[in-house]
Amino acid sequence: MTEYLIQSQNKFSLGLKELWSYRELFYFFTWRDVKVKYKQAALGILWAILQPLIMMIVFTIIFSKALNVNSDGIPYPVFALSGLLIWNIFSNGLLNSANSMVANANIIKKIYFPRLIIPMSAILTALVDFLFSLIIYFVVLIYYHQDVNFIKLVVYLPLSIIITIITTFGIGSFLAALNVKYRDFQYMIPFMIQFLLFANPVLYSAKSFSNPWITAIMKANPIASAIQLCRSIFTGQGVDWSAIGISSIVAILLLIMGVYTFRKTESYFADLA
Amino acid sequence: MKPILEVQNITKQFKIGATQESYLSLRDVLSNPFKKKTKEDNTFLALNDISFDVYPGESIGIIGKNGAGKSTLLKILSKITPPSSGQIISRGRIASLLEVGTGFHPELSGRENIYMNGSILGMRKFEINKHFDEIVEFSGVEKFLDTPLKRYSSGMQLRLAFAVAAFLEPEILIIDEVLAVGDAEFQKKCLGKMNEVSKSGRTVLFVSHDMNAIEQLCRKVIILQKGVLYKKGETHELISNYLNENKTYSFDTLKLADKLSLTNISFHPEEIISGTNLNFKISIEYEQTNIPVIRDLCLLIYSLKGVRVAVADLREFIKNLKKEDNTLSLEGTIENINLVEGEYSIGLHYNINEIRKDVYDINQIRVKPDLTFTSINPYSPNYRGFLELGKKIKIT
Repeated sequence: MTEYLIQSQNKFSLGLKELWSYRELFYFFTWRDVKVKYKQAALGILWAILQPLIMMIVFTIIFSKALNVNSDGIPYPVFALSGLLIWNIFSNGLLNSANSMVANANIIKKIYFPRLIIPMSAILTALVDFLFSLIIYFVVLIYYHQDVNFIKLVVYLPLSIIITIITTFGIGSFLAALNVKYRDFQYMIPFMIQFLLFANPVLYSAKSFSNPWITAIMKANPIASAIQLCRSIFTGQGVDWSAIGISSIVAILLLIMGVYTFRKTESYFADLA
Repeated sequence: MKPILEVQNITKQFKIGATQESYLSLRDVLSNPFKKKTKEDNTFLALNDISFDVYPGESIGIIGKNGAGKSTLLKILSKITPPSSGQIISRGRIASLLEVGTGFHPELSGRENIYMNGSILGMRKFEINKHFDEIVEFSGVEKFLDTPLKRYSSGMQLRLAFAVAAFLEPEILIIDEVLAVGDAEFQKKCLGKMNEVSKSGRTVLFVSHDMNAIEQLCRKVIILQKGVLYKKGETHELISNYLNENKTYSFDTLKLADKLSLTNISFHPEEIISGTNLNFKISIEYEQTNIPVIRDLCLLIYSLKGVRVAVADLREFIKNLKKEDNTLSLEGTIENINLVEGEYSIGLHYNINEIRKDVYDINQIRVKPDLTFTSINPYSPNYRGFLELGKKIKIT
């Protein structure tokens, strides 16, 4: 028989065992969000493909045709798309997870389950969109006759996605917890994401900067490193592994901060939401 | 035998500010960083040192007036909110039904919602698969399984929701007032199912205003009063006492929603003769800045055992609400109340500023028999139901 305690302040734990016993709920929350998102849309899941495609076209016109931005020697659409794919996991995942606790407040107030499932599933939802958008990625690669190093593709792409997810989950769960208490974040996040799009080398090359401070920040920035890693599949340029190492550490620190804050405050979500 | 649930000195304290303003804004904190230091002043104890044990197979009813702490206790037991102090030792899987259809999504089909709701309630997929046909049969919605839930009637949604919950197989089942909705036949079905659950040796904790349901389902009851455990004992001994003790209905104000309270609900005369008219007055006070949007307003009439007898639907009179200073009031008459003599308790159903709620036991009316129409001695009121038909019978 399982015996457990309900107390005012439980000792801090990650609750991984409990998360595992509720593992099916990840699937159900993700599945629900994906399903609901596209249910009333005539084009349905096609939107997951169209969005990055349209963004790619728009940015190609602005940055490549009008501003003539340096794209590390590969066609700008391939350049932009490899940035946008990573960027979209981050921005959609962050937006979904930061709002997830508030969006599911009615469930939180009525039933118990490990709360971390909610922001995690919100990121998984963004990941499903990503998987669909990979189709357009490969179509563009074929269209531009882009040489692909297969080994680099199966190593670099998953690695950059993992770094992105860890970062997104860290910041996302941190913001989700704060958002329950201070709704200001709800208004701040979209603005913040817009700012970050230009602060990260999504649409331009990280090598456009020579200022040592900016280079250092880019090195420690996990999203910037993930984008560059993803790009180096095509550019033929070497990977700066020290940057990957540093930003992986940053990503893990962000994860620890986010999960710790979340776990510390989650028991009061039902009172505040 | 060890108790399956040991509740030890549970206390729950709320900051009054925190419960009323549902969330803070960052500006409040930034502009007033020292505010926290005064928090001792405005706290309130929703539960104060509650202790009791529950043994396997027991079914316990939890009763008490509005604000006695019933819902808070259930929320603590179901791990939704932590206690401020004290602890609970649980020796079984707890499933709680504080609301029917938690996690239902209007865009998903009935089939999809069964899986969604079931897994939120803690069922594994194979368990849902195993019971799927039974759930569908119990709910009676086979034909609409692949229709989005938003096209279901509210009755169908409720039946589907209860059906999923009925096939949960936890050791401890916690149920809050879910039977307050739904038609009589379905309520009966639910009670039957819950009876089955408790007979099968599982433990049930049940909160309700419906004393009939409590009597049918629970051998023991716990009475909460203003956050304190007032009495615990056998249902049949305590319920009649409880009903007698709670005849006084007094309140200064009852909070209905944020910045909005019921300041008066009164009836005239206090005792009416069956078949005569009853005058009522309702006053709702709101903060000046914040004119409430009222969509529903109904007086609910209950027997003392909590069975809903009638509803006075006031929706079409909402436009007649009189506004004075910052009070909205409505006065009117319900004609020919032909209820069987006895006492009835009054509740209020409302939807104000998008908050929809029922409050119970906010006043009562006393009906005296009309002795003019018959020469025969009437039967005892216990046998006569609620509706007085004496004057309505015509022989052709």
